[in-house]
Amino acid sequence: MDIFFFLLFATVAVGCGISVVMQTHPISSALSLVGVMGSLAVLYLLLGAEFIAMAQIIVYAGAIMVLFIFVIMLLNAGAEQRAGRSLMVKVLGAPVLIGFGGILIYFFAVNFGDATPVHFGAFQGGSARAIGRALFENYLLPFEVTSVLILIAIIGAVVLAQKEME
Amino acid sequence: MEFFLVSLLKIAVVFAGLMTTLAYLQWVERKVIAHVQVRIGPSRVGPHGLMQPLADVVKLVTKEGLLPSYVNRPFYLLAPVLAITMALTSISVIPFGSEVSVGGYHTWMQLTDLNVGILFVLAISSMGVYGVALAGWSSNNKYSLLGGLRSSAQMVSYELPLSLAITAPLLLAGTLSLREIVQSQAGFNFGFLPRWSVFNGPFPQIFSFLIFVIAGFAETNRVPFDLPEAENELVAGFHTEYSSLQFAAFFMSEYANMITITAITTILFLGGWTPLFPASLGSNFVPPVLLFIVGAVALYAGLTPRRKRDGFTFPVVALIFWILAALFLLPFLQQFLIPFFWFAAKVGTLLFIFMWVRATLPRFRYDQLMGFAWKFLFPAALINLLITGLLVALTAK
Amino acid sequence: MMAHGVPLSWYLILSAILFCLGIAGFLFRKNIITVFMSIELMLNAVNLSFIAFSYQLRQVNGHIFTFFVMVVAAAEAAVGLAIILTVFKNRNTLDIDEISEMND
Repeated sequence: MDIFFFLLFATVAVGCGISVVMQTHPISSALSLVGVMGSLAVLYLLLGAEFIAMAQIIVYAGAIMVLFIFVIMLLNAGAEQRAGRSLMVKVLGAPVLIGFGGILIYFFAVNFGDATPVHFGAFQGGSARAIGRALFENYLLPFEVTSVLILIAIIGAVVLAQKEME
Repeated sequence: MEFFLVSLLKIAVVFAGLMTTLAYLQWVERKVIAHVQVRIGPSRVGPHGLMQPLADVVKLVTKEGLLPSYVNRPFYLLAPVLAITMALTSISVIPFGSEVSVGGYHTWMQLTDLNVGILFVLAISSMGVYGVALAGWSSNNKYSLLGGLRSSAQMVSYELPLSLAITAPLLLAGTLSLREIVQSQAGFNFGFLPRWSVFNGPFPQIFSFLIFVIAGFAETNRVPFDLPEAENELVAGFHTEYSSLQFAAFFMSEYANMITITAITTILFLGGWTPLFPASLGSNFVPPVLLFIVGAVALYAGLTPRRKRDGFTFPVVALIFWILAALFLLPFLQQFLIPFFWFAAKVGTLLFIFMWVRATLPRFRYDQLMGFAWKFLFPAALINLLITGLLVALTAK
Repeated sequence: MMAHGVPLSWYLILSAILFCLGIAGFLFRKNIITVFMSIELMLNAVNLSFIAFSYQLRQVNGHIFTFFVMVVAAAEAAVGLAIILTVFKNRNTLDIDEISEMND
């Protein structure tokens, strides 16, 4: 059952991920990205991170991506023209990327190949209660700092988006 | 194995019930609005227009599904599917009643209980905006695009006061599971006052109840916040280009969202399936007595008919209500029906308020809508949360 | 059913694949919004490995980091999209190669 769900949603995630990169229209890319986020949320559930899975959907899929789609619709941006990037990216991009990916995968496969397999329900520490406890005991200062960060972001967005003063 | 069978059975019952409710909710709404506006409403198809939903279904199914040539086809077809799927999914975690046992098998009148249930509902409802936004964008029509833009901005803005309003009663309940939220509101203060969070201490959640309901109006795109489909500005907004079953999908998703929002309001603020006053004071006899009175009124109306066919239809209605009243007295069925009655009564009252508001209030202007969310609802929800949190912390053992 | 767990490395490999896809989008795409979305894809990939390690170590810390990443991503999206809107208003293009005045 675990394997089935993992393979199903991993396939969806990779398929949507490829689609994010390959689609020429930004709306298609954005929706594919929503697909990636949704399937990642299911994988989080399989890993026992129920709160984070829901936060993933609410924050990423429900707020951030809606903002993206809103901006794409607002600008009415069309499909992008196919045109080359700089020569270095063209020549070196794909081989270096594949090499980097290969090294990463090899590293993970070698170092974590014999780690205990993941069973759904074996880790119960991802409940909202546990997260809240950790957040307000061990990570209180970072938590408060993020609130300042968000305040700065709000002010920044308002300043950037406001109409020019006469 | 038994679990799967019972789950399948429950899914079938909930699905059939939900679909019927969705169809008839529209009939009820038309009737309510008609009577508010001193009209009769649907009355041609069947007695009192009761067959109207059926006729509508036949009409929508047999209509030609138009696919305009200028639309973005994949997204145009995906949008209604997305809207209806997201609208129906959240029903799966809503508890309709308490625990029941049939032949020694215990189960809950709920499809499944997640320990992040309320977050699940929030997540799914926040995904619902994609159906609307995509429909607006893919239709390639300026009215649709404006409707989709308005809707996505409105839903994202009103999600904030909605979530903050949810947080305050969650502080009182101390859990995210919808079933446990209801259980935490069971019992009575002073022996008769229900311990619902809308008027239970340390801080009665009446303000967050109001904020939640107002934000709920906006989330379901209902009057007075129905700008995404304001017909005198935008033709029909995001679903201008849709016809046939795809239109029906949008229509049904609006009603399904209404049911979800009212059910969540009931669970969070009005104590879910718990009765208005204790069973020791005879709350179990409220449903049969109420149904009996409705039947008696119908019979009286049938005996003094204003129209010819009323002499036949009203006694039949009376008989149906009396049979229902008798069902409530059967001990075996009581465990199902009485919690469900209280749940349905609360949800029904809230749905009636939705319809009442639609028949009464004019529409907001767009800047008023945004200003209301950001300058009034959001600070109000924050202050409410602050006071609730403070009082919960002070009274905690 | 319990015998067939998923190896932890599979989750990490999935995360690596998604991360590389994000880099590919970042390198090869020209639309500034798509480039921005590729960054979000990379953040998501990293989050997956945080959650996977958190499972492996039976600790909640990975979840907290993911939570912070989400908060930062939200702030980043708000400011980033406001910048994109401003750029589009001034230049009327979303092509990153045409928005390179500071380069010249």
